[in-house]
Amino acid sequence: MVVRLAGATRWYAARVVDRVAETPTATSLCFEVPGWPGHLAGQHADVRLTAEDGYQAERSYSIASAPEDPAIALTVERIDDGEVSPYLAGEVRDGDQFELRGPIGGHFTWRAQQGGPLLLVGGGSGLVPLMAMLRHRAAAGSDARTVLLVSSRTEEDILYRAELERLASDGDGLAVHHTLTRGTPQGWQGFDRRVDAEMLAQVGPPVADAPRIFVCGPTPFVEAVADVLVGMGHPPASIHAERFGPTGG
Amino acid sequence: MSIVTRGFRGRRDDSAKDLPPGQYLTHDFPVLSAGPTPRIPLDRWTFTITTETGVEHEWRWDDLLALPSDSPTVDIHCVTRWSKLQTGWKGVSLDTLLEDVETAADYALVRSYGGYTTNLPLEDLLDGKAWLAYEYEGDPLEPAHGGPARLLVPHLYFWKSAKWARGIQLLIEDEPGFWENLGYHDYGDPWREQRYQGD
Repeated sequence: MVVRLAGATRWYAARVVDRVAETPTATSLCFEVPGWPGHLAGQHADVRLTAEDGYQAERSYSIASAPEDPAIALTVERIDDGEVSPYLAGEVRDGDQFELRGPIGGHFTWRAQQGGPLLLVGGGSGLVPLMAMLRHRAAAGSDARTVLLVSSRTEEDILYRAELERLASDGDGLAVHHTLTRGTPQGWQGFDRRVDAEMLAQVGPPVADAPRIFVCGPTPFVEAVADVLVGMGHPPASIHAERFGPTGG
Repeated sequence: MSIVTRGFRGRRDDSAKDLPPGQYLTHDFPVLSAGPTPRIPLDRWTFTITTETGVEHEWRWDDLLALPSDSPTVDIHCVTRWSKLQTGWKGVSLDTLLEDVETAADYALVRSYGGYTTNLPLEDLLDGKAWLAYEYEGDPLEPAHGGPARLLVPHLYFWKSAKWARGIQLLIEDEPGFWENLGYHDYGDPWREQRYQGD
């Protein structure tokens, strides 16, 4: 259902209160944002950085934290030739300030009361808005049947791995599956190829259970996964997609 | 007054100099859509303009190709902040499609295969400002970028240039489309940075 969001978004002052190195290239930044109006799991925010002489750069990032969390968290993947992400993922210190606008986007969202089953498929940092949904699911005490399939390049590129293991061990209906596309370590238990129909059929939920589906990642990943899901018989309207452009940063 | 972020300098190449505020230059062609990419067989493709009184004007694929075409070269600006300059298209001007349409409407709601909609004032589709495009840089428009045919309204943020266009409904009163219902601006002028409601 489409609901016209009330009110306009504006810029808020955001202060960095914590930083977490998630992988060799990704960092989570946690902010205190006085007056933040709240968000839904899956939404994103615009970040604005201002240099001393007034020069500004703005980018959009998915929100990683649950609506229930006290701080707003963004997870930033460093793009080496990017303008903003090397700064956010490398140079930011606790207490630094910039501006945040949002929340933005009302399509790629899930609220616990909408229930399940859910199928979440993330490629690389496309896991970020899906993580907000899983954190929200846990904070809300939801036992909606949920399958998460995460595609990462290598084992060390997997975001939030320990937290995902913890969430999946709660026995409340969450199953987490990993696939690695650029080599697997010895003893690897997960998948070792790009997401395909056989993999999706194996992890479920089946088409007959009519899951609500969220797919997020780089454009070719989302195009491929969404095509496979449609081919398996999932109704296109059940598939919510969020594509990251090949550029950015 | 904006908050200064300690230690941030930015890249400051000249590429953003001539772009609308808050945009950066890309040479790729990013894809943004809310769902899977629909595939529409050309023999089943139609494009329908429906007036406020319910009169329908319909074109099939061969009809569209038989109309006089334009080859505009335009800059495009996405609300997610990328801009791409000097993109080459081929398509039919909306002036041509609307030529024989009698209407008193002020607004248009564009409908797409797959269910997407977007709204804009009718005058923004007229006077050489909008096309129904079916080629990009000399090749048939790929499905991921909106093929077989998408709207091209380059003076507004690119979500107004609906992919997989299937028709236009002419309306006396404005009716918000998909993103407009989700907090994005009803008009979306990149030079006035009208990204979200209230901008």
